[in-house]
Amino acid sequence: MRSALVVDDSAVIRKVARRILETLDFAVRDAEDGEKALALCTEEMPSVILLDWNMPNMDGYAFLRLLRQSHNGDRPKVLFCTTENDVGAIARALRAGADEYIMKPFDREIMMAKLDQVGFAARLSELV
Amino acid sequence: MTEADFLFLRDYLKRRSGLSLGPEKRYLVESRLSPVCRRFGVNTLSDLVGTLRLSREGPLERAVVEAMTTNETFFFRDRAPFDLFRDVLLPRAIAARAAVRRLRIWSAAASTGQEPYSLAMMVHEAAAQLAGWQVEIVGTDLSTEVLEKARLGLYSHFEVQRGLPVQLLVKHFTQVGEQWRISPKIASMVSYRPLNLLHPFDHLGQFDIVYCRNVLIYFDAPTKADVLDRIAKSLAPDGAVLLGAAETVIGLTESLVPDSQHRGLYRQGSTARAAAPPPRMAAGF
Repeated sequence: MRSALVVDDSAVIRKVARRILETLDFAVRDAEDGEKALALCTEEMPSVILLDWNMPNMDGYAFLRLLRQSHNGDRPKVLFCTTENDVGAIARALRAGADEYIMKPFDREIMMAKLDQVGFAARLSELV
Repeated sequence: MTEADFLFLRDYLKRRSGLSLGPEKRYLVESRLSPVCRRFGVNTLSDLVGTLRLSREGPLERAVVEAMTTNETFFFRDRAPFDLFRDVLLPRAIAARAAVRRLRIWSAAASTGQEPYSLAMMVHEAAAQLAGWQVEIVGTDLSTEVLEKARLGLYSHFEVQRGLPVQLLVKHFTQVGEQWRISPKIASMVSYRPLNLLHPFDHLGQFDIVYCRNVLIYFDAPTKADVLDRIAKSLAPDGAVLLGAAETVIGLTESLVPDSQHRGLYRQGSTARAAAPPPRMAAGF
């Protein structure tokens, strides 16, 4: 089964993202900061990570740098997710190793489009 | 959302945009308009309907129509037709037109510009092979309103997230407040003209590649056949036409025939070749 890890310090965003990803047939885990997310990745590397950029303890940038250096850390597709929409912030995240970018607020359709772009096309049953 | 709310929205959207919503699209209304509610601080869809009933024209009204119709077009919609453009049509055209160094592309239902700009971005990616070429992308649409938006080249963050790879967003767009503007370089590659496909369009000249996607579905069979026949006549003898995934020429006309290798791609049939003026170029692609 496809697996996703939602990393965001907002419980509301984690809940919304979890709900959307579950409807898209992902097994979902979540973490409220980069440290906890890294621990979950060590247990089992997810297929996709939805990563908030601004978090306490360890932010998205630091998490992504450590993730990409870790064993099999190049495997997950990382969609970084923030309200900072300026081109500089996006370019910095891409340089850090993110695969795609989702601006908040997002909906199911945007999530589907972004997942499709990183190689997780929606299955037929999820389109209805 | 109550039945009365849905019926109001159905009529409202039909009146404002021509969008036809069957009862099975109720979920679409809810999923599209909930983000609009959040953006404008409206608590429920019923409250949104209440506001629409009282107001005439403003940002909220435009946002409602936009949210419901943006699914009609987005950057790199369906992806496969653009992969085909990048991997097959453009390389073949570059080889076939090497002598004349001229390429004309028509986006026949350009809407708010996402399709022609997607094609322009792909042409730009092949810039090294197209140095010294004249590449013209013509975008036409029935609605002057959508063409105005296309010319402005300003898109909401919802619009730039549907289909547009982030690398192309960073490369070709700049942020203007809450919106994103396409670069002047890409914008200058596309010219827009209002056009009703039911009217003559031979004045547009001959095209090498025509994208006419998801517009024929709104026409009856004789109209589809007529439009397809006239597109075939506007096509270079070795040109290519892309139709939408739900559209075909089969049973309608023989002026265009399906390409056996690529789904959605059509070439001139024998009837169009017989009626067309002499070939402009000998090389084929």
